[in-house]
Amino acid sequence: MEDEVLKSGVASGRVQKMTALIVDDNRVNQTIHHRLLQNLGIENQVVGNGKEAIDVHCSGKNFDLILMDLDMPVMNGIEATRKLRAMGIQSTIAGVSSRSLTDNIQEFIEAGLDDFQEKPLTIAKLVSILRKVQNHNN
Amino acid sequence: MENSPMRQQIASMRQSLFDEEILDNHYLQLEQLEDRDNPNFAEEVMTLYCRDSTKIIASLHQILVGANKIRNEVNLMREYVKEENIEKTKSAFQELQIQHDILRAKIEPYFQLLRQVGPIETAQRPK
Repeated sequence: MEDEVLKSGVASGRVQKMTALIVDDNRVNQTIHHRLLQNLGIENQVVGNGKEAIDVHCSGKNFDLILMDLDMPVMNGIEATRKLRAMGIQSTIAGVSSRSLTDNIQEFIEAGLDDFQEKPLTIAKLVSILRKVQNHNN
Repeated sequence: MENSPMRQQIASMRQSLFDEEILDNHYLQLEQLEDRDNPNFAEEVMTLYCRDSTKIIASLHQILVGANKIRNEVNLMREYVKEENIEKTKSAFQELQIQHDILRAKIEPYFQLLRQVGPIETAQRPK
């Protein structure tokens, strides 16, 4: 129900249109997260690792939300999150990983996350993240 | 049209996939993401998943690179799967992830250094 409220809010202009960046090397996750966000009316872009996330920001783009995977080649989520924060990026960064909270993701959180959700992302988890984005923007 | 024999067969097949626990509720989410613009979204994601996971499973058989501890953990996992011991399988999988991180953390700086100085000696097997 909450996702319907959010969708209608975006459609009517009551909720400001959000933008998101999906950072994940797994094609299945990229596809699902892209569709989940699209379904909620959130314009989103997909990149395949942390370095590409940095490059996208260096090109001048900015996003309300970054969904950051942990385990990625080239540059992982911890390093990418640290670098983005060091660059002054204040977007809401939600860590998304198949590793559970018991699996030492403390380093990931301390790198600068605003939220962490275990995969697979569900609509409910995504709405919870988006609530944080709205609070952050307000 | 909705109750044609073909539709009934499809509904029955779909239900047995859930009854046999081949699929779970997360698949329902994929179906919920289908609409007029994306009518086959669930099938597309499943096809992608099967393609990628086939490659990963095939690579588990190819532990030929000398990653000793990873090979040991994979072999342990296989044993636990055969025993149908879920808890030990999960624990072995977690250990596999740790060993994988350790391998990458140690081998990458080694290769970086090797690239800088060039290979002078060949590796000697410890006596």
